[in-house]
Amino acid sequence: MNGALPLSSWLLLTTLLFVIGAAGVLLRRNIIIVLMSVELMLNAVNIALVAAARAHGQIDGQLFVFFSLTVAAAEVAVGLALVVTIYRSLGRTDVDDINVLHG
Amino acid sequence: MIAESLLFYIVGALTILTALGMVTSRNPVHAALWMVSNFGLTAILYLVLHAPFLAAVQVIVYAGAIMVLFLFVVMLLGASAVSSREPIVGHRPLAVAGLVALGGLLSWAVTRGASSALLPPELPEGFGSPADVGQALFSHWVLPFEWVSLMLLVALVGAVMIARFKRTKREGEEVGQ
Repeated sequence: MNGALPLSSWLLLTTLLFVIGAAGVLLRRNIIIVLMSVELMLNAVNIALVAAARAHGQIDGQLFVFFSLTVAAAEVAVGLALVVTIYRSLGRTDVDDINVLHG
Repeated sequence: MIAESLLFYIVGALTILTALGMVTSRNPVHAALWMVSNFGLTAILYLVLHAPFLAAVQVIVYAGAIMVLFLFVVMLLGASAVSSREPIVGHRPLAVAGLVALGGLLSWAVTRGASSALLPPELPEGFGSPADVGQALFSHWVLPFEWVSLMLLVALVGAVMIARFKRTKREGEEVGQ
């Protein structure tokens, strides 16, 4: 009974997660939730990579996830620093308010 | 032993539920809580996929560090007022149409392109263990590993500079006034 799933079931799950994350990025207006949705999309791709590593019996897919985790951590650090800066200069964290080129 | 497919359906459904909860919640703190449960469930999916090392890293980095960073910023900013201004005209229908197209296209590609053969029941001994991952990391992937450390340093300095620059500028403005 172990390993009774095809790779395509895993990829369908990650597709669904990716689309939910994309929906968060496109439809939400709170910039923090938009950043969280980006994390959700990265996470979905990570699951797809681990599933592919499992399907092929190759460890390299898991190494990709290791690197993508590092990039995600860096992205969150810089992104949240930007959010704090935007909040300081605009007093809001709404994506529709970030439409000026001057501080 | 619990079957892989049973775990896949239960945990997969919960993962999607928590993702939907995160995207739809109004309060950023609630969204953060949905997100941490989503990341914990993802760690279980990694365990099902024979990636115990990544499951541990997922809990430590995502559910630990990234989560705390998000909560810090949410609490630093407080509940910000929601702008009542209308976004771009037709933004929502266009976004929904694009999302449906994206989902349909990806599902079509996955069901057509990905192999429908069952995952191999047998894997090399110790697949995905810390020793296995470390072996690959410090032999074949050692150069990317060094680049990533450089990238982390750049991100660290960049985050500090971005968050700090405005404050000194504002202090300067206040002194000027």
